[in-house]
Amino acid sequence: MKRIPTSFLLNSLMVMLFLYLPVVILIGMSFNASTMGIAWKGFTVQWYQKLVMDPSILDATLNSVFIACVSTGLALILGVGTAIGLEKSQGMQMPLVNMVMVLPLVIPEILLGVALLMVFVLCRIPLGFGTIIIGHMVFNLPLTVVIVRARLRKLDPAWEDAARDLGATPWNVLTRITLPMLRPAIWGAALLGFTVSLDDFVVTFFVAGPGSTTLPLKVFSMIKTGITPEINALSAVMVVVSMICVGLSWLFQQRSTVGSSESTLS
Amino acid sequence: MSSAFPVKLSLLSAGIFLGLFFLVPLLLIFGVSLASRGMYGGLAWIATSENYQRLLDPLVGTIFLRSFLFAGLTTMVCAAVGFPLAYCMARASRQWQLLLLILVMIPFWTNFLVRTYAWVLIFRADGILNTLLMRLGLLEEPLSMLFTDVSVFVGLVYGYLPFMVLPLVVAIERISPQLEEAAFDLYASMGAMFRHVLLPLSKPGFIAGGVLVFIPSLGAFITPYLLGGGQKMMLGTLIQQEFLVSRDWPFGSALSFGLMGTVLLLWFLLGRTSYGRDSS
Repeated sequence: MKRIPTSFLLNSLMVMLFLYLPVVILIGMSFNASTMGIAWKGFTVQWYQKLVMDPSILDATLNSVFIACVSTGLALILGVGTAIGLEKSQGMQMPLVNMVMVLPLVIPEILLGVALLMVFVLCRIPLGFGTIIIGHMVFNLPLTVVIVRARLRKLDPAWEDAARDLGATPWNVLTRITLPMLRPAIWGAALLGFTVSLDDFVVTFFVAGPGSTTLPLKVFSMIKTGITPEINALSAVMVVVSMICVGLSWLFQQRSTVGSSESTLS
Repeated sequence: MSSAFPVKLSLLSAGIFLGLFFLVPLLLIFGVSLASRGMYGGLAWIATSENYQRLLDPLVGTIFLRSFLFAGLTTMVCAAVGFPLAYCMARASRQWQLLLLILVMIPFWTNFLVRTYAWVLIFRADGILNTLLMRLGLLEEPLSMLFTDVSVFVGLVYGYLPFMVLPLVVAIERISPQLEEAAFDLYASMGAMFRHVLLPLSKPGFIAGGVLVFIPSLGAFITPYLLGGGQKMMLGTLIQQEFLVSRDWPFGSALSFGLMGTVLLLWFLLGRTSYGRDSS
């Protein structure tokens, strides 16, 4: 760390505080016994107890976990193969295909939400679990593809070539060489996709139907009704869970495997 | 090189899936934006340009203007605040770089709704900031800070700062530290080195980060909704209102298409820069 100006280090520290302080405050407030305002009235876990007792929160949690599992699972099934296909076939290296693959991750979510809402309503597809899962897959699939492709680029093609030289069929190469080497990336994509689906609010907000309330939708409706300590507790749980998942996902993506050259970035 | 059958199958199904549920819906936005509003909030397939004429309405214009202004300001502040951090990350030792990268990445992917809600706790009348300022004797009475330009703006910077930092780190890492040393050897001051060496060479990072911050800020929904309320509407909140409250799909689609056109144009411009080419 030579010659980094002190002012830069100080600035970086402030930015980190800016990024994390609100979350710390949120978690702190969730243990505050006070029902009104922020004055500290003692430590309590009663808001968490209230959450556990609330059947509508349990419902929303189950809905969220179900939707996240299904959409992530389907995205993985399609995404891993798609990533391999795109990376291996020269004909598919078209900029247009690449653009369509990342566009769902960069356009404002609200556009995806309203567009899907119109398609579902015009095609008379009832809004509910199915439509939410489709909506989440639209961003989960490209996410999986991006992560798996990044890994594929780092793999040494010599392993697959060697397998082929030794007479392995394309199926054998896929299941015995490529997929095992991709395992960390697949785990990373799964965890990240799961988190993003669990956390998604905007797309879900537009394509959810009655009876398919997810946790973020529940939090949103609670905020609209009025701010209560239970929201703080629920939010604290959600933010901690997703931070853990993201952290784990990142570790998986960084983990080195046989035949790959490591780099910190991208 | 022939691929295994499942690879081809998933490639095909992913293509069909994204075609049906991504490309077709986006095209539908354009189609509906040219349609008329039917009875009882329904759709009537009568072509009209009325929805686009309504974009010129001063009230809508104000919201467009505010959205562009906020998005632009957010981008600039993110660049100014993010650059020093990105520089530290790019020039840090390997372990530090890993740690900082994780710390910046985590909020990037963590529940946006909840993180924005945390700012409600800070800004509201009996929130952290007001209580703190009153305890310090700087304020007599609680100041209403929620639902102001400031609260929306802070929320946007908070939400999208990581989008700026990561491309900047990539860009700065590509600049050889020897160039910095050369500048110092030629008696450049710290400031001059930054102005004449680092900043110009970080341009691809600024462009990529700028686009990545500008796009979601322009279309933000959660931030203006929770921190701006009904008073400080932005494009995202207006679109949501047209679709879910007024149920005016054609006008909502015209607004959405305006947003989409801007986004695609920016994305196209980004693709023409060196960063876009290298990373795609």
